[in-house]
Amino acid sequence: MRKLLFDSLFRRPFTEQAPSADGAAVIELATMVGRAARRRLGRSLSIREVDAGSCNGCELEIHALNNAYYDVERFGLRFVASPRHADVLMVTGPVTKNMREALERTYHATPNPKWVVAIGDCARDGGCFAGSYAVVGGVSDVIPVDLHIAGCPPNPTDMLQGLLALLERVDINAVTT
Amino acid sequence: MAALIDLMLKGHKVQQHGPWPRVVVDAQQWEFAAGELQQGRWGLLGLWGEPSTVHMAIMDPFATEILVVSLDCPDRRYPSVGRHHPPALRLERAVNDLFGLSAQGLPDTRPWLDHDRWGVRFPSGDRINGPSQAMPYRFLPAEGSGLHQIAVGPVHAGIIEPGHFRFTASGETVVRLEQRLGYTHKGVEQLMIGASLERAVQLAGRVSGDSTVAYAYAFSKAAEAALELGAPDRAVWLRALLAELERLANHLGDIGAICNDASFALMHAHCSVLRESVLRASGSAFGHRLMRDIIVPGGVIGDLDDAGTEIIQAMADNIRLRFPALVELYDNTASLQDRTVDTGVLKPALTRQYAAGGYIGRASGRSFDARRALAYPPYDSLSFEVPVLSEGDVNARVWIRIREVEQGLSLIDQILNRLPEGRLMTPAGDRSEAREGMAIVEGFRGDVLVWLRLRDGRIERCHMRDPSWFQWPLLEAVVENNIVADFPLCNKSFNCSYSGHDL
Repeated sequence: MRKLLFDSLFRRPFTEQAPSADGAAVIELATMVGRAARRRLGRSLSIREVDAGSCNGCELEIHALNNAYYDVERFGLRFVASPRHADVLMVTGPVTKNMREALERTYHATPNPKWVVAIGDCARDGGCFAGSYAVVGGVSDVIPVDLHIAGCPPNPTDMLQGLLALLERVDINAVTT
Repeated sequence: MAALIDLMLKGHKVQQHGPWPRVVVDAQQWEFAAGELQQGRWGLLGLWGEPSTVHMAIMDPFATEILVVSLDCPDRRYPSVGRHHPPALRLERAVNDLFGLSAQGLPDTRPWLDHDRWGVRFPSGDRINGPSQAMPYRFLPAEGSGLHQIAVGPVHAGIIEPGHFRFTASGETVVRLEQRLGYTHKGVEQLMIGASLERAVQLAGRVSGDSTVAYAYAFSKAAEAALELGAPDRAVWLRALLAELERLANHLGDIGAICNDASFALMHAHCSVLRESVLRASGSAFGHRLMRDIIVPGGVIGDLDDAGTEIIQAMADNIRLRFPALVELYDNTASLQDRTVDTGVLKPALTRQYAAGGYIGRASGRSFDARRALAYPPYDSLSFEVPVLSEGDVNARVWIRIREVEQGLSLIDQILNRLPEGRLMTPAGDRSEAREGMAIVEGFRGDVLVWLRLRDGRIERCHMRDPSWFQWPLLEAVVENNIVADFPLCNKSFNCSYSGHDL
């Protein structure tokens, strides 16, 4: 372990090694998210993820936000274990009828002010599962949604971009209210 | 020992079912098959319904013969297999929920996928509008002084899928775990009915996000078996490349995640970086990080060009360089081994009984790997080992995955070096009569089974069986007598699919 840690001391962080133009965009985007989050919430935005019936594809990419390439935690964006600790609910999936109540209860357990981000094509309107006897539809059919991020699944960069958009909107609301 | 061939000769063979036969049997032969399963002579591959028929796929212990047996049940009843062979229990509960076919003698008649929220009963059978019986779901009792219950879910603490776990604990020790699943049930098989092949393969690729390649692969092979269609060589090899990339990404992510559940974040951080490198390479080479919607009936959409080949090769070389240090780290960290060794032991006898596939089976002495046992192309001409251990603990499951990462890298090399040139698609001809096909494909988690019937180019019925059906019940067994704090480790080392199971 010491050898591995020692190596890490001398290796440049992965976050700076992103080789493609894509990678550069990530860093720029992430910095902007960080600035906006700080203004509004003092360097802390807690996110509770709720899978309301997704295929798990979106969860995989949300996980990726935490890896060393995207490392959202450096901006104070944290995934928390309870809705009671959360500012943002990140909801995936078509909402299944079997998950509807759990989603509602999670929403009500989240203290105000709170925002809901619906992740993925299914979360908009049920996606390819719309019309099933077992599916309610999109997230906004059950709880109010502040922002939708499209994709099947959206890649981590898209999600960072989306969080930025949300934070800017939060700022505008803060000014006008 | 009765051979599957005997059962086949007694039944009425269905035409146009490939590549393995399907026979319609009577109730007595159905019960005979259930008895053979009980005796451990055959393994259960799946059990599914149609409005007035039940089907069961079985396999002999050497995976040399596979057979689908079907029983017509116009009175909506059939003799329970689960009564004799517990692995069929949840499958029969699900068949009842969806089709209203009741298994006579089934010891557990509680609903499984139906949570009384659909507003309709038996949605795929003889529908009854209105709620199910408004009965609270009764968990199985565990009684004794000083026992307490811990209820977890459906919304979990991590970024994972929803399901409910009901623990009964004596102090720190788990006395019983009972799962309740079905929260992500989306009615996929009902959506399949009447769908075109294009839409159906899209749905298949969204059954379980981490296995999108495996599902599209199995669905496409089943459709091709039904249509007697062969994918071109290049497509056959590209499919295997996609499947190995998916396996590699999942194994790398999960090895780290298991260590993370023992609070060893260093492994997690490094493994996540390697996993991300696989996703990025896949995204660059095929246009989608999870490689969704690339495999379709008849072949593949999207070719691999020279640049893509180079990117994947570079990624594989990099992992080959970096991974050994992580393996050494895992192996030499006593505090981590203290958590994984002897934790969550799955006994080989249970593994055999449930015919549990994937790393769960192979860590407990069951060597089945569809790539080897069924040797579907191109795996019949690739060289790879199927690692098998017998300890059955969390540690063994980690080691199987480590070895499979190494094998996966070798397979990727072999495929890139030998990728044949040529077309990517064989067009599907017009076939109007009913034709049935089945396929079994080794996903990262185990064998994915797809069975379907096509008519006039559309899906008449399609059933998809996730490997998790035979793995989830075993998780209940392995957690017993472990401490509550070790449940996340056991659970992550299984990593069963919720969405794939709930469908």
